[in-house]
Amino acid sequence: MAYSEVENVAGYVGNFTVTVRKKARYVDVKECTACGDCIDVCPVTAPDEFEEGLSTRKAIYQPFPQAVPSAFVLNIDECLGNNPIACGKCLEVCDKDCIDYDDKDKLVDIDVGTIIVTTGMAVYDPTELDEFGYTRYENVITSMEFERLINSGGPTQGHLIRLTDLKEPKTVAFIQCVGSRSENKGNPYCSNICCMNTVKDCLLIKDHYPDVKLKVFYIDIRAFGKGFEDLFQRSKEKGAVYIRGIPGEIEEDPETKSLKLYVENTTEGGTECHEADMVILSVGVHPREDSSAIQKLLTLQRSQDGFFLEAHPKLKPVDAATQGVFFAGCAEGPKDIKDSVTQAGAAAARANRLMMQGKVSVEAITSTIIPELCKACGICVNVCPYHAISCDTEAKTPATVVEAACSGCGACSAECPFGAITMKHFTDKQIESQIDAMLEVDPQDKVLAFACNWCSYSGGDLAGTNRFQYPPNVRLIRTMCSGRVDKKFVLRAFARGAPIVLLSGCHFADCHYINAVHWTQRRVEKLWDQLEKKGIRPDRLQLEWISAAEGQKFATVMRAVEELRQKVTPEEVEHTKRVLKDVLEPPKKDPAKGKPAESESAASGVAV
Amino acid sequence: MANLDGGGEELRVGVFVCQCGHNIAGTVDCDDVAKFSEGLEGVVVVYNNKYTCSEPGQLEIKKGIDENNLNRVVVASCSPRMHEPTFRATLVEAGLNPYLLEMANLREHCSWVHMNEKEAATEKAKDLVKMAVARARSLEAQDEMVVPITQKALVIGGGIAGVQAALDLADAGYKIYLVEKEPSIGGIMAAIDKTYPTMDCSI
Repeated sequence: MAYSEVENVAGYVGNFTVTVRKKARYVDVKECTACGDCIDVCPVTAPDEFEEGLSTRKAIYQPFPQAVPSAFVLNIDECLGNNPIACGKCLEVCDKDCIDYDDKDKLVDIDVGTIIVTTGMAVYDPTELDEFGYTRYENVITSMEFERLINSGGPTQGHLIRLTDLKEPKTVAFIQCVGSRSENKGNPYCSNICCMNTVKDCLLIKDHYPDVKLKVFYIDIRAFGKGFEDLFQRSKEKGAVYIRGIPGEIEEDPETKSLKLYVENTTEGGTECHEADMVILSVGVHPREDSSAIQKLLTLQRSQDGFFLEAHPKLKPVDAATQGVFFAGCAEGPKDIKDSVTQAGAAAARANRLMMQGKVSVEAITSTIIPELCKACGICVNVCPYHAISCDTEAKTPATVVEAACSGCGACSAECPFGAITMKHFTDKQIESQIDAMLEVDPQDKVLAFACNWCSYSGGDLAGTNRFQYPPNVRLIRTMCSGRVDKKFVLRAFARGAPIVLLSGCHFADCHYINAVHWTQRRVEKLWDQLEKKGIRPDRLQLEWISAAEGQKFATVMRAVEELRQKVTPEEVEHTKRVLKDVLEPPKKDPAKGKPAESESAASGVAV
Repeated sequence: MANLDGGGEELRVGVFVCQCGHNIAGTVDCDDVAKFSEGLEGVVVVYNNKYTCSEPGQLEIKKGIDENNLNRVVVASCSPRMHEPTFRATLVEAGLNPYLLEMANLREHCSWVHMNEKEAATEKAKDLVKMAVARARSLEAQDEMVVPITQKALVIGGGIAGVQAALDLADAGYKIYLVEKEPSIGGIMAAIDKTYPTMDCSI
């Protein structure tokens, strides 16, 4: 489904329903034979994106000769056929009658069991690096533009020429790490592919033009893959000169349009000036701008560099944390073709492994309604991010949960004012017993932190694997989502003498349960008000968003909460315990108002 | 009374303290933690292993369950995000419901992050085990819902990775939807002239 985009994803592992927007192409893919008659008559010209803008195309065009599907596409924004009085020439000449100016986007629903995300990456635009003069100096080009210039199907039929005078350059300079490995502009990470791409480009130029002088300015050459060192050495044998040092400035000769590169040679020491007729910026890669859309649809996470985060960096390198979703290629991180192909095979195998079993078991962490306690108020229906709960508020029949649709975030359970929803494997009693056990002895010395499984708890794990040290006073209680953390858990912790309570969840964009984390925020804001009214300092309840990639932040937050803990006085804690006494021993209910609490949830449920 | 679970069965918790070689034991006094665990409510037996996740370590869990008639298991080792599936499988092999396992994270959340505060780390480890045992006491057996899997896959993005993944799965006999934003598949690779390390064409 080319020229299509994923618009919505519903469901869960094994049973996703995906809505795909098939964008209006204005050309019937099945009928079009790519004969090209329409191109001949189209009066509109526009920069050719595939050729990096080095040549032009028409408003109706084929992206490139080998395109699949082999059919044309009409850019309706450029086309004059929007107003058939103005044009309509392509329509007239098309024998197959396959052009339709009134074509519309179509939404299609598909059911799938697994999803592989291979959305790729974007190439760095070096315009912001003023020192290299890209876009100011025409003979400074990017490595992607070079690919089109040296390609026999490209705008120059493969002749390497300068854009200013269309002459062959005698000296070509490459600058490495453009947009990579920089803390200032561009990206801090290594883009993986640019060193070997330049080695390859050197060999290509030497094959076509043995006399062209080649100079490569670099920080390190990372020729780490199989066969890479051979290629690197071969490029040197063919005459490419590698100079360690990145030019600080490029100057253009106003007449010849040749370039002067000022560089500190860090091998030999001293500043040098090198001349070149053409400079190729070996640009790095970065996450696609539209990654956040896919991220939200599939509740994915991203690492600090912005690429998608795998479930485990060593043992689950192509799995997403979302079950049934896998990654391959540069969507997960910069990598070359071989690694992309390898990862694609791995992702396919992982998807196959799931699908070939024909069935999948869903972790038993879903929510259950206790019908006797449910008052059919309907709050949970609005809370559930998955629309898994339904409730007839008029008929006052207890709510029901579609277990298969429930992902187990627990926000409903925490929001239910009647304690009528329990979570399997994360019951109130289980969580409260952890709180009680932790605070039984010396609670004044401890910080209680609730951490969601997917982000904050994982961020804590990452702090561990990276050995980021922090004070040993904090103890974590893991819930699947921070949205599970009921107000009564927080109050119970304070009533037990906790000086500081931290609630920690995913950043809003990372929330593993679509938007359940919104409920965390709302609840904490309400709690702050309530604490203040009760004379308890609200900042003793802390709220932090820590992603799975933020091990450093996790450690920083742990240090901060420990600092806060040290400022809490014993008098404050005693006061809090007095004020919240009822949380631990609820006052006896009026027998006339209903039957005495029977279930565990009702017994521990405290209306605040 | 206190040592009965929700179903009225006597609670029999086994605690398995893992040293993880030097990873945990290098900072946390595992012997002390094990000794402390013996006094926790409901705990009937405590083991102290070098590597609980290893084959001998898992065998010890199975043996421990069998010999002591355990109905709750606490493994005090690494992150549940690492080895919960491993130990759940061990419980199943020993005939216990996998949801009767609880883990205490003594490695990522304790020994690795408090390396210079050995005593405090040991005290924290004891608390973490205590919390895990408290939670374990109220754990209940769960049945997982089994749902069918649609035998089709979606691949989002038609660059080299997407095309390869789609072909591999199609070759395995699945129907594949390959969704590509641009009018043609091929991605960035299609625009590259020659490719390393083979120095041949991209298309």
